[in-house]
Amino acid sequence: MKHLLSTHDLSREDAVRILDTAEQMAAVGTREIKKLPALRGRTVVNLFYEDSTRTRISFEAAAKRLSADVINFAAKGSSVSKGESLKDTAQTLEAIGADAVVLRHWASGAPARLAATDWINAAVVNAGDGTHEHPTQALLDAFTLRRHWSRVRGIESTGADLDGMRVVIVGDVLHSRVARSNLWLLRTLGAEVTLVAPPTLLPVGADAWPCAISFDLDETLSTGPDAVMMLRVQAERMNAAFFPSVAEYSRRWGFDDVRLAALDEHGFEHTAILHPGPMNRGFEISSGAADSKRALVLEQVANGVSVRMAVLYLLLSGDN
Amino acid sequence: MTSTENHPEAFLIRGASLLGGDPEDFLLADGEIAAVGPDAAAHPRAAGAREIDAAGLIALPGMVDLHTHLREPGREDAETVETGTRAAARGGFTAVHAMANSNPVADTAGVVEQVWSLGRRSGWVDVRPVGAVTVGLAGERLSELGAMAESRAGVRVFSDDGICVSDPVLMRRALEYVKAFDGVIAQHAQEPRLTEGAQMNEGEVSAVLGLPGWPAVAEESIIARDVLLAEHVGSRLHVCHVSTAGSVDIIRWAKARGIAVTAEVTPHHLLLTEEQVRTYDPVYKVNPPLRREADVLALREALADGTIDIVGTDHAPHPDEAKECEWAQAAMGMTGLETALSVVQHTMIETGMMTWADFARVTSTIPAAIGRLADQGRPLAVGEPANVVLVDPAHRWTVDPGTMATMGRNSPFAGMELPGRVEATFYRGTPTVLDAELNTPRALGEQA
Repeated sequence: MKHLLSTHDLSREDAVRILDTAEQMAAVGTREIKKLPALRGRTVVNLFYEDSTRTRISFEAAAKRLSADVINFAAKGSSVSKGESLKDTAQTLEAIGADAVVLRHWASGAPARLAATDWINAAVVNAGDGTHEHPTQALLDAFTLRRHWSRVRGIESTGADLDGMRVVIVGDVLHSRVARSNLWLLRTLGAEVTLVAPPTLLPVGADAWPCAISFDLDETLSTGPDAVMMLRVQAERMNAAFFPSVAEYSRRWGFDDVRLAALDEHGFEHTAILHPGPMNRGFEISSGAADSKRALVLEQVANGVSVRMAVLYLLLSGDN
Repeated sequence: MTSTENHPEAFLIRGASLLGGDPEDFLLADGEIAAVGPDAAAHPRAAGAREIDAAGLIALPGMVDLHTHLREPGREDAETVETGTRAAARGGFTAVHAMANSNPVADTAGVVEQVWSLGRRSGWVDVRPVGAVTVGLAGERLSELGAMAESRAGVRVFSDDGICVSDPVLMRRALEYVKAFDGVIAQHAQEPRLTEGAQMNEGEVSAVLGLPGWPAVAEESIIARDVLLAEHVGSRLHVCHVSTAGSVDIIRWAKARGIAVTAEVTPHHLLLTEEQVRTYDPVYKVNPPLRREADVLALREALADGTIDIVGTDHAPHPDEAKECEWAQAAMGMTGLETALSVVQHTMIETGMMTWADFARVTSTIPAAIGRLADQGRPLAVGEPANVVLVDPAHRWTVDPGTMATMGRNSPFAGMELPGRVEATFYRGTPTVLDAELNTPRALGEQA
């Protein structure tokens, strides 16, 4: 593995290896000295064309725990805003001696483009590109789900996949890189996936995806899924007629207290709730759901560092 | 290569297959086809004529492109009339229509005459400017279409290409108005609201790639509206770069109904599909976008059965920096003049769907007729203008944009092996291409 660009082309073997490595990295995080010398002398650049403090600090923590030198390059407010091209920026980073570029970009495909050109030799990690993919988010979600599913099944997490797990992804699938990356990876790991969204927020062509599609959240929840992943929805979508109002969206597709109570009434004790953050409380998820014991939201954040450590470690040290 | 001052050299072409028929000799002299058949060698002008052994070569009428972006004036960093027409000659063309989206826009008699003069000065092909339908391509009010028609450029084709004339009233008026001088509106069919921010064909591939979709319905709905408008006001309509199977169905229906619509397909839409976009390489970014395999097959069938009338290149050169970037940032468009013949041979002739005579129809005869070019797209017969191309259909080559005459390096066919090579192009008897190399332009003095 030279780059991590998407989960679409990630093999089951590579995915499980990343998750297993992340388990080892997580063990480091519980020690008093949370640091490994693995990437000493290596340079990791966080190149962010889009604001994302959460993802950036997660990658920064991951690189630092592996003793890499970290350069944060926020493309907003730099030469990029004066019109420097991605090509020139990449060549600059190459000249500086970057070993890995963690790229967050508003344009779908920008990391793939960087990896395919001769502008830079560094390993490229996709930290979210447009509405395409966000592979490390999917890996940390899979890591979180694997621990949950292993607990339910009473088996060891390491080495396991998600065979037989039923996962529901709810919300703005059309604009979500998280949904795409999760769908491919969950399928690769053996889970069954149902997407629930208003028809306007599903892409044309999604009927060819390897998943079930539903417009009815209550009906889907009544089947007792093992996990429900809520996606962030931007209220501005309302202005482009994707849905009539925040209130209507919330009633039909939000994870509210009534739906939370219904899970309890049905006796679905294992159904976990995930959200990639940042959450719009009261819109796509209620505080009651976000703070319930079903919610794995903070575990997701903690696991993000372990998974990103694993990715950087595997890309920069190889298999040796 | 020698040529007398006022009388261009005569050429005796030996054993060429005219439109793919049996080998014959023919003589080009004084800008015309002077003789065809066994008598050609005995014709008085054959004495001292340069002989060309054309065994194995196919003779075709000079190709006519109804859709070329020459970029001058305004974007001389992308292409000039000189470089674009050199590319055209190499590609087998003897006439091109220069699209109006230059800077300034070709929306006045002054600008179209400037482009026309630049074409004459270059002398590689006839350059026929296309006039903008609306002032500044802004879609608000009609340009002085009559003034452009009356100008020395003699404009007959009007288009806001690159932008759709989306206002139905403006489109209706334009269709009606150009009847006064036998003009035609060439529509870039793209419903603007349905394609805001669109980056590629909308479907299964865009769903995976997360690129905003350009739905087929945005093209088809405009074509449906426009053929009905053309019927209502009794005008000629030309549809640029048709790209979907649904558009083909609508045009087929319109033609069956007797509506005066003609349609065009680009070489790239005959060969490439949206699958190429998976690379995120902007060399594949074009408007309208590359579509599905089913669309490609429907377009080929439509070209073969005459539903689509012509091939137009939509040659759109861009400087490297316009493509060396993220997909969303990249300019739309592909070069096409120097690959058109090969791509059409590959997709239409080698598949058995068309003959070389059909090729001549869709690349020369009908585009010349749509553009009302009296001395282009003519039969290969005695007394006709010597606009002739010799093609080696057996030659195979690997496309290398670095060796092309166009300034644009944005060929989506780079690295592909394609059949066919233009061995010679005669533009009014002047050999603009000989031995598959650019030779000489036609001197201005000959262009009276």
